[in-house]
Amino acid sequence: MSTSVKRLIGRSLSLDRGGRRVLQDLSFEAVAGSALVVTGSNGAGKSTLLRLIAGLLRAVSGEITVDGGDPELSIPQQCHYFGHMDALKPQLSVEENLGFWRAFAGTPDDTVIEALDRVGLARLATLPAAYLSAGQRRRLAFARLLVTKRPIWLLDEPTSALDAASEARLLEIVGEHLAAGGLVVAATHLALPFERMDSLRLGPSVVEAA
Amino acid sequence: MSALSSLFVREMKLATRVGGGALMGALFFLIVVTVVPFGVGPDLNLLARIGPAILWIGALLATLLSLDRLFQADRDDGGLDLILMGETPLELVVLVKCLAHWTATGLPLVIASPVLAIFMNMEPVAIGATTLTLAVGTPALTFVGAIGAALTVSLRRGGLLLAILVLPLTVPVMIFGVSAATAAVQEPVPFATPFSILAALGLFSMVLGPIAGAAALRFAGD
Repeated sequence: MSTSVKRLIGRSLSLDRGGRRVLQDLSFEAVAGSALVVTGSNGAGKSTLLRLIAGLLRAVSGEITVDGGDPELSIPQQCHYFGHMDALKPQLSVEENLGFWRAFAGTPDDTVIEALDRVGLARLATLPAAYLSAGQRRRLAFARLLVTKRPIWLLDEPTSALDAASEARLLEIVGEHLAAGGLVVAATHLALPFERMDSLRLGPSVVEAA
Repeated sequence: MSALSSLFVREMKLATRVGGGALMGALFFLIVVTVVPFGVGPDLNLLARIGPAILWIGALLATLLSLDRLFQADRDDGGLDLILMGETPLELVVLVKCLAHWTATGLPLVIASPVLAIFMNMEPVAIGATTLTLAVGTPALTFVGAIGAALTVSLRRGGLLLAILVLPLTVPVMIFGVSAATAAVQEPVPFATPFSILAALGLFSMVLGPIAGAAALRFAGD
C-alpha cells in the first residue's frame, strides 16, 4: 500500500454560499494518523469545508492538495464523506443497502457481514432499512466507510443520534483507521477524544480577522 | 459484481418494490387508453385511425409521470453526493439509471400496448407496427426525459416543470413514431422512412441524454 495519503493541505480557501462569504482565506493541514477536528458555532462553515474537500462545492479561490495518495484518482475519489444524510433506501434491506455501496464504490475492504458486525447491526441484516431507528440508520451509514477502502474520512457530526455505547464504538473504529495511517477530518461541536488530534476553529471571528 | 451492474440491480429492485414506479406507469397508461373510447364515442373507424396516436400519447405521459424521481430520490437521501464523488463516470451512471428506468417502466408499456390496441379496434398490422415503434421510441423518451430530470433535481415539486421542459423535446419522437405506425396501414407512405428517423432519434438521445444529464447533475451540486 504505497498509495497512502500522508497529508491533506488546503491553502487560502475562500468560498461563497448564496452570495455570502462563508470561508475566507482559510488554510489547514491534516496529517495521516492524526485527526483534524473542525469546531465552530452553527453556520461557521464546518459542513461547507467538508463538502468543499469532498468536491461537492467549488472554492472561489485557493486550492486543496494531497501529499502522497494515488495519482490516478482525484481527491474526492479518495475520500469517504459521512454527511448528515444517510444515503439509505428504505425499501432495501440493511445488507442490500450496504452491499450496493460496496459494489458501487470499488476497492472493497470488509465484507458486508463483517462491517455490520463491527457497527453492531449484524442481527438486523435482512430487515428493510425503513424500520431502523435514527441511531441504527446512522450506524448503517457509517458501515459504508468500512466496506470500501479510502484513505481520507470526512466526518460531519459523526456522533449525532448515537447512544453512548455506539459513540464509543464509532470513535474506536475511527481510532483504528487513524492507527492504520488513515486521515480524518471531523466537524463537530463536541469534544472528540482522539489520541492524536489537531484542531481547526472556524467562526465569525476567523472570517473577520482575515 | 461491477459498479454499474450493481446499480442496475438496485434500480430494478427499487422500481419493483413497494412505492416503486414500475407498476404506476403501466397502470396510468392503461387508464389513459381505456378512457379515450368513452370520450370519443363508439365510432370504430375513428378509433382505429387515432389508435396509434392515443397509444403514443399514453406512453409519453406514463413515461413522464415517473421520471421526476429518477435523480431526486438519490439527491434527497444524500446518495447523489456519493455517486458524484465516486470513480464511476457520471455519464455511465445516468445511462444505467435510464436503462433501468426504461426496463422497469417503458418495457411494460410496450408489452401492454398490443392488448390495449384491441380496445382501439386497430388492425393486426397496425398493432404490430405501433408496438414496434413504441419499442424503439420509448427509450428515446426516457433519455430525453433524463435531461429534464437532472435539470430539475434540486427543485421541490419539479415534476410539472420537468414536463414543460421535456415535452417540446419529445415532439419529434412522437411525430415520427405515430407517422411510422400509421404508414404501416396507409398505402402510399413507406414505413421504413419515418421508422429509420425514429430509430436515429433513439440512438441520438441515448448519447445526448447521459452527457447532458451528467452535466446538469454536476452543476446542481453547487
